[in-house]
Amino acid sequence: MAHAAQVGLQDATSPIMEELITFHDHALMIIFLICFLVLYALFLTLTTKLTNTNISDAQEMETIWTILPAIILVLIALPSLRILYMTDEVNDPSLTIKSIGHQWYWTYEYTDYGGLIFNSYMLPPLFLEPGDLRLLDVDNRVVLPIETPIRMMITSQDVLHSWAVPTLGLKTDAIPGRLNQTTFTATRPGVYYGQCSEICGANHSFMPIVLELIPLKIFEMGPVFTL
Amino acid sequence: MLDVEAQEPPKGKWSTPPFDPRFPSQNQIRNCYQNFLDYHRCLKTRTRRGKSTQPCEYYFRVYHSLCPISWVESWNEQIKNGIFAGKI
Repeated sequence: MAHAAQVGLQDATSPIMEELITFHDHALMIIFLICFLVLYALFLTLTTKLTNTNISDAQEMETIWTILPAIILVLIALPSLRILYMTDEVNDPSLTIKSIGHQWYWTYEYTDYGGLIFNSYMLPPLFLEPGDLRLLDVDNRVVLPIETPIRMMITSQDVLHSWAVPTLGLKTDAIPGRLNQTTFTATRPGVYYGQCSEICGANHSFMPIVLELIPLKIFEMGPVFTL
Repeated sequence: MLDVEAQEPPKGKWSTPPFDPRFPSQNQIRNCYQNFLDYHRCLKTRTRRGKSTQPCEYYFRVYHSLCPISWVESWNEQIKNGIFAGKI
């Protein structure tokens, strides 16, 4: 989950998120280098005692600072497209979960084997136990197995919502009349938090998502109830 | 833990709908609806011919896994009332 005053991305819990973090580091390094170069040039320009009387006709420089940015953009675009296509790979999921957005809670349906359907409401502040996270914890978590490709089908019953779990690199809009599919594989067990990411009314900030990822053998033992 | 082969379900055992190349894009609503239609069409045709409807179970499992149950219930209600818009 996010911690107070957090600036960076959360630790990755899926291979796609690991790729996204690496790409973010790569793009951010390029941005820092360019910013540093520009700031340095600006500093030199502002602090020199010399006066340049010849400030036209610099064809070579013009060529370089046109071609070089184009190359830098290609170096950013290629890894970006690679990750984009990686997220769309056909990966033969083992489990399908449906997530339906309402105002202002989520409904989860596990219907591959039988029918487990439940609502997930944020815990109101009065119902929090010591140690619970305010505005993040829910009454019923989404329990899922690790190291299995999982397909999430996301839709909405009323207005636009968005189902997001940053640590898995997931954010998919819940659109009424549309059934969006997203897939992921979690690499480690734990409890992971996300929040609704599309403005949906008064309690948009109060419909979080909590995933509880457990080993596959324990998941297979049957429905896991949160107390 | 990381033994992927051991975690795959035995052959022939249903786990979840496989990738359907007819519906490769993100919006799977057509996948859900098509399997729902195919299930009812399969039921109708095979019952009319007096055959077992067991092969239709595949379509049932696919749409049951993919479609939100509220949609399925509403479509079933419409079929019962004779106002379902799809061609079955």
